[in-house]
Amino acid sequence: MRIPCPHCGARDVQEFSYLGDASAARPAADASLDAVAEAVYLRDNPAGPHRELWYHASGCRAWLVVTRDTACHAIHAVETARAAAAARDLTAGAVR
Amino acid sequence: MRFSAFSLARNALRSLDTWTPHWRDAAPKPAYDVVVVGGGGHGLATAYYLAREFGVANVAVLEKGWIGGGNVGRNTTIVRSNYMLPGNVPFYELSMKLWERLEQDINYNAMVSQRGVLNLYHSDAQRDAYARRGNAMRLHGVDAELLDREGVRRLAPFLDFDNARFPVQGGLLQRRGGTVRHDAVAWGYARAADARGVDIVQNCEVTGFLREGDAVVGVETTRGPIRAGKVGLAAAGHSSRVAALAGLRLPIESHVLQAFVSEGLKPLIDGVVTFGAGHFYVSQSDKGGLVFGGDIDGYNSYAQRGNLPVIEDVMECGMALWPGLGRLRLLRHWGGVMDMSMDGSPIIDATPLEGLYLNAGWCYGGFKATPASGLCFAHLIARDAPHPAAAAYRLDRFASGRVIDEKGQGAQPNLH
Ligand SMILES: Cc1cc2nc3c(=O)[nH]c(=O)nc-3n(C[C@H](O)[C@H](O)[C@H](O)COP(=O)(O)OP(=O)(O)OC[C@H]3O[C@@H](n4cnc5c(N)ncnc54)[C@H](O)[C@@H]3O)c2cc1C
Ligand SMILES: [Zn+2]
Repeated sequence: MRIPCPHCGARDVQEFSYLGDASAARPAADASLDAVAEAVYLRDNPAGPHRELWYHASGCRAWLVVTRDTACHAIHAVETARAAAAARDLTAGAVR
Repeated sequence: MRFSAFSLARNALRSLDTWTPHWRDAAPKPAYDVVVVGGGGHGLATAYYLAREFGVANVAVLEKGWIGGGNVGRNTTIVRSNYMLPGNVPFYELSMKLWERLEQDINYNAMVSQRGVLNLYHSDAQRDAYARRGNAMRLHGVDAELLDREGVRRLAPFLDFDNARFPVQGGLLQRRGGTVRHDAVAWGYARAADARGVDIVQNCEVTGFLREGDAVVGVETTRGPIRAGKVGLAAAGHSSRVAALAGLRLPIESHVLQAFVSEGLKPLIDGVVTFGAGHFYVSQSDKGGLVFGGDIDGYNSYAQRGNLPVIEDVMECGMALWPGLGRLRLLRHWGGVMDMSMDGSPIIDATPLEGLYLNAGWCYGGFKATPASGLCFAHLIARDAPHPAAAAYRLDRFASGRVIDEKGQGAQPNLH
């Protein structure tokens, strides 16, 4: 498997480390215990497209959000985690 | 047909067509007391113990493919009970005791072979950790021996003892650990369950649940709806997908684990040996092939095949431990999809939906658990109370902070 890093180009998966589902967002500081447990432990775990966090440790050291098909390893999209977070804040109406 | 020395001898002398199928190819009935989803080792064992221990014989096991096509037939066949944490030790030791009398119980040759499991250590810190683990085991009546370097050399003289980076200092040995023929476990439980009236339905995928309010009252399948008093899920690597059909999210990620078999050799290695400085373990099958494996691929996957970096890593670890491996040809390799739970331990519990029970999260270590998992899940379904040996495997342990994290890695399935 090779991941096309927006900064470095397509690189072997060995250069990256994996942090799991990118949609599991950090809960607010005053979130309920149930909401925290859900964010830390519960996952959709789909067989198909999956947005996930990868860290390009042996390259540019950027965090990436990779959309990968868990059923066949095909990679559909890669963006930097920074861009993904900015897009999420925009849709949430956050003031920046 | 019951197997005995006499029946084997008599049939050996006759033409082979006197052998009969080991279980009926059952068509699903409209309703059962209990439906078990998943015809792997755990589902089949559950059905067997439901019928044998709890008198619930109106049971169907629904399998989307064929019996033994899942992880029960893909694993590296190692069984052991060298766990350390309180929730785990009694459960895996119960499983070991059930393995020890399995063949008599189910009248089937599963080639239970207590050839010993040896975990090597390569540093003082690792020796201390294994000494502690061995003590924890012995306190629970589980056998464990701490070997020094010479003790290991007597068992496995071919290892690279002088490796400059990872010198073998000794090992923790569980002599009662070993291997069990995995396919025979599925076939043996299927046959024994069938003999007690359980319907084993193959090529029958569960595609949804029949609901009455918050209660589950049956399943939708590719062979039509089937009503059930209770439904138990034992779908191994696919638990999240089946649970999602009922609207449940689980503390599970599916990851692929690969395994390898070499060309056949004369008897070379007695027991199971694991490398303590990297992830590699090896044993020899009765056919002569070396069976070995290592790390999971480490990212969510249902592909049932792995990627090359892990293959390279496994081979490197193998060569560091046992340089002679480099002379062998690799015959086959494959992957299986596993439920990696968020703390590395399994779940046997009722779900928030009445009538729906969950057996999941076995990670890469669930084969050894098969008999105890079946017995405990059957207990839970039949009695609506957890079996004492599996009382810690609760679904709410994540929210309540009672996680069972043998490796101390936190909520990171790829590190367990
Ligand atoms: C390469 C590899 C090596 C391993 N080595 C070891 C080892 O040495 N020791 C050890 O203890 N463990 C090991 N394991 C782990 C162990 O194999 C598993 O934890 C255990 O076998 C899982 O339980 P099972 O046998 O019931 O699963 P499975 O045999 O996978 O059974 C689950 C069944 O559910 C069926 N199913 C799924 N969805 C549906 C549906 N919707 N409808 C109907 N049926 C469905 C599947 O087809 C499957 O047959 C290994 C695993 C792998 C992949
Ligand atoms: Zn990069």
